[in-house]
Amino acid sequence: MDGIGARLKRVEDAPLLRGEGRFLADLNRPGQLHMRVVRAAMAHGVLRGVDAEAARALPGVHAVWTGADVAEVPPISFRMMGLTHLDPYRQPILAQDRVRYVGEPVAVVFAEDPYVAEDAEELVFAEIEPLPPILSALEEPRDFDARHGTEAVVLRKGYGDVEAAFAAAAHVIELELACGRHSGVPMETRGALAFVDEGGVLRMLGAAKVPHHNRLALARMLGLEPERIHLHEGHVGGGFGIRGELYPEDALACLAALRLGRPVKWVEDRREHLLAANHSRQQTHRIRAAVDERGFVLGVDNVFFHDQGGYVRTHAVTVPDLAAAMLPGPYVWPAYRVAGHVRLTSKTPGGTYRAPGRYESSFVRETLMDEIARRLGKDPVEIRRVNLIPREAMPFDRRMDTLGTPLLYDSGDYHLLLDKALAHFRWDELQAGLAGRRAAGEMVGAGMGFFVEKSGLGPFDDVRITLDGQGNALLVTGAASIGQGVETSLAQVLAEVLGVEAARVRVVHGQTDAISRGMGAFATRVTVMTGNAIHIAGTKLRARLLAQAAKLLQRPEAALEARGGMIRAADGSGAEASIGTVVAAILAETGEEGLTEEGSFEAHHMSYPYGIHMAVARVDAGTRGVVIERLMAAFDVGRAVNPMLVEGQIAGGLAQGLGGAILEEFTYDAAGQPLAVTLADYAMPTASEVPPPEILLTEDAPSGIGFLGLKGAGEGGTTAVGAAIANAVSAATGRVVTALPITPGRVHRLIG
Amino acid sequence: MTKREVRFTVNGEARAVLVEPRRTLGDTLREDCGLTGTHLGCEHGVCGACTVMVDGQPVRSCLMFGVQAEGAEIRTVEGLAAADGTLNPLQRAFWENHGLQCGYCTPGFLMLATWLLERGEPFGEEEMRHVLSSNLCRCTGYQGILDSVRQAARELGQWTESAPG
Ligand code: FES
Ligand code: FES
Repeated sequence: MDGIGARLKRVEDAPLLRGEGRFLADLNRPGQLHMRVVRAAMAHGVLRGVDAEAARALPGVHAVWTGADVAEVPPISFRMMGLTHLDPYRQPILAQDRVRYVGEPVAVVFAEDPYVAEDAEELVFAEIEPLPPILSALEEPRDFDARHGTEAVVLRKGYGDVEAAFAAAAHVIELELACGRHSGVPMETRGALAFVDEGGVLRMLGAAKVPHHNRLALARMLGLEPERIHLHEGHVGGGFGIRGELYPEDALACLAALRLGRPVKWVEDRREHLLAANHSRQQTHRIRAAVDERGFVLGVDNVFFHDQGGYVRTHAVTVPDLAAAMLPGPYVWPAYRVAGHVRLTSKTPGGTYRAPGRYESSFVRETLMDEIARRLGKDPVEIRRVNLIPREAMPFDRRMDTLGTPLLYDSGDYHLLLDKALAHFRWDELQAGLAGRRAAGEMVGAGMGFFVEKSGLGPFDDVRITLDGQGNALLVTGAASIGQGVETSLAQVLAEVLGVEAARVRVVHGQTDAISRGMGAFATRVTVMTGNAIHIAGTKLRARLLAQAAKLLQRPEAALEARGGMIRAADGSGAEASIGTVVAAILAETGEEGLTEEGSFEAHHMSYPYGIHMAVARVDAGTRGVVIERLMAAFDVGRAVNPMLVEGQIAGGLAQGLGGAILEEFTYDAAGQPLAVTLADYAMPTASEVPPPEILLTEDAPSGIGFLGLKGAGEGGTTAVGAAIANAVSAATGRVVTALPITPGRVHRLIG
Repeated sequence: MTKREVRFTVNGEARAVLVEPRRTLGDTLREDCGLTGTHLGCEHGVCGACTVMVDGQPVRSCLMFGVQAEGAEIRTVEGLAAADGTLNPLQRAFWENHGLQCGYCTPGFLMLATWLLERGEPFGEEEMRHVLSSNLCRCTGYQGILDSVRQAARELGQWTESAPG
């Protein structure tokens, strides 16, 4: 079987295993120039001028541009419309009169050879008059420019009567908690190859995530009619939220292809990537909870500071908005108030990274729940049971909005998942064992983090499906693939709906000239949105196939079933016809080349999967390093299209969550110089740090949105891993972990 | 900069290319030999995506210059499958165990594991983890990769259960 629920091996794999992938750096165009970006070496300063004479004189250098050459190109805008109050904080494609972080593009070189382009880069001199850097979002806001301060916005959300909750509280618990600065750091760096084709259309290869949106945004920035530009996605070496956003380099490569009349290729190096691609996660929360005698949370008041870096990029304030709205997670919390201060600092600008806003807020929420348990002398599991939203309350209105949609939990049985997770992890037995080890002198403990995720962000997705007379299907979608197995999953959904063989489905994605609109791949949306659009188009096709087969097989439609590429009579008579034959019969009547239907799925609510992470952590008494002995994700996906791929997503997400919990951090010195500029400084987990993932997938709460019960699984591997590990280390050491990542230095300060 | 001729074999085929002395082996293979299966993830020797075999040893091709490969026998990911494209046991194990997602790190892991499988000394869980932890993967969380290499080692008689993990 190859429909929904099958552990089908991926159709994507064979070429990648043979070294036949076509990643951006593998592509070339005849006559191409190589682009190299010159980046600011100072964190904050006035840009007095850029001397590019020596670079221009170098043989093989075709052109060097500075800010003045692109001054008319507008800065990069936000994906969400109507945020004009944030306009002053947008990033220009080359710095104009200020530099705001180390790595900001100040000039750009075009040369015949990439090595020569790098030589030329070193000859460009940017004269920068230093200004004091802003190193923390906790610092008082200053001037961003003459008319705007560095506090771009304060996000306020909430519901219920917070004052009354605190007035009625038996206990008030307060914490200050900080999450470090992380990023997705995909193994393939970014890149672009821009050229003008024979028809005068500008094409950019190397697109990802949101090609349709970026096409329109680039058209606006470059003053092109949208018909004159198309974006194309090839193999993509990991996305995780950061790849595929519109960055200065994309616009520079496109502009250069237009102006210089030659193809322009840009491949980012790793140091640039760590300096230039979006950072994420860095927030400090000051949270207070009003709690009654049982440990039931009556109300929460939270103020947090979001370290946005030098500019507000394409996501605008998506990350702090999600952090603010999703902080209450799975708990009732009858009253809640939050103020999120979004502040500019002298660091690489921020955007989304897998489970954006939720990794941070889950750490805050779940640390708070454990602290409540400690203060009241109760069991952390019991505290969670008391506060979880009961099944009877579903669908549950969180009474807040995020990303322009009301936060309405569609389904969930949180208590059931908690019971299943505790049993799966053997939590109770484990506690006894850990207590014994602690008594023997080890610093070891277990912790958990409960979370609510979101998936399937609308508003729409379209597909076009064409069947041919050989039984093949061509599925064109406006979605994108960032290496997550989209082609296989979507083929499986079509196999389920239509009865074609998944192996005969070819999926085209991420090509703006193949379908007129598309939302792309972000926010764990593809399986849900595109999957439902396939259901719609596939159902129409199925009806046409069955009507035709009824004539061919002389059976009523109701007596036919489609499976494995065949349409059969269900009466056991053996009457059957292949789907290809049936399509051929239809095409013979219509005279068309293919049988095509389109489907468009709209959703104005997201669906909300949920899960629990559990971890066992040990602190090495010598090195003060944290060792993760066990790591589990229990996750309700509603319905898994391909459990193997879902488990793969979760396993990868767990490792990234672990990295953020104990290893990864972008740090800066007192002058604002970044200290993590290689993969040796930005330490990501290896096979030595990641324990075998324990995964419990449940399908207890199918989504009520759409036809298939699907919820997404892209982010739930990561969401509360930081929380679970922090709580495990707190249990191990008897001290509350208040900052991620829990590096040896932080452990040392914690336990002395 | 003046170029120099270097000669070596890649996947058994003799090559002679003209390269600048500063050109890395990774760039030489990718740009001058057209073998883009070898990927560059950091170009500073940490990620292992660029791993190839040079004279039977796994080497980070970003840390070696093309001219240093004079006379060497080089093997890359393109040489693993049969001429008709049939996957070898290691590649097949990656396919069956979901050992890759985006596939960017995969050629490096395949070449590193090829060395482990071919060196003629069976290995167990602990050594496998130790060796494979020299490369980075950002997608899989490693379990699929470890499962794949374990399966291939079993199939090729290179696995030993005795070494406790
Ligand atoms: S590219 Fe050679 S080790 Fe990363
Ligand atoms: S599969 Fe993407 S980096 Fe390993």
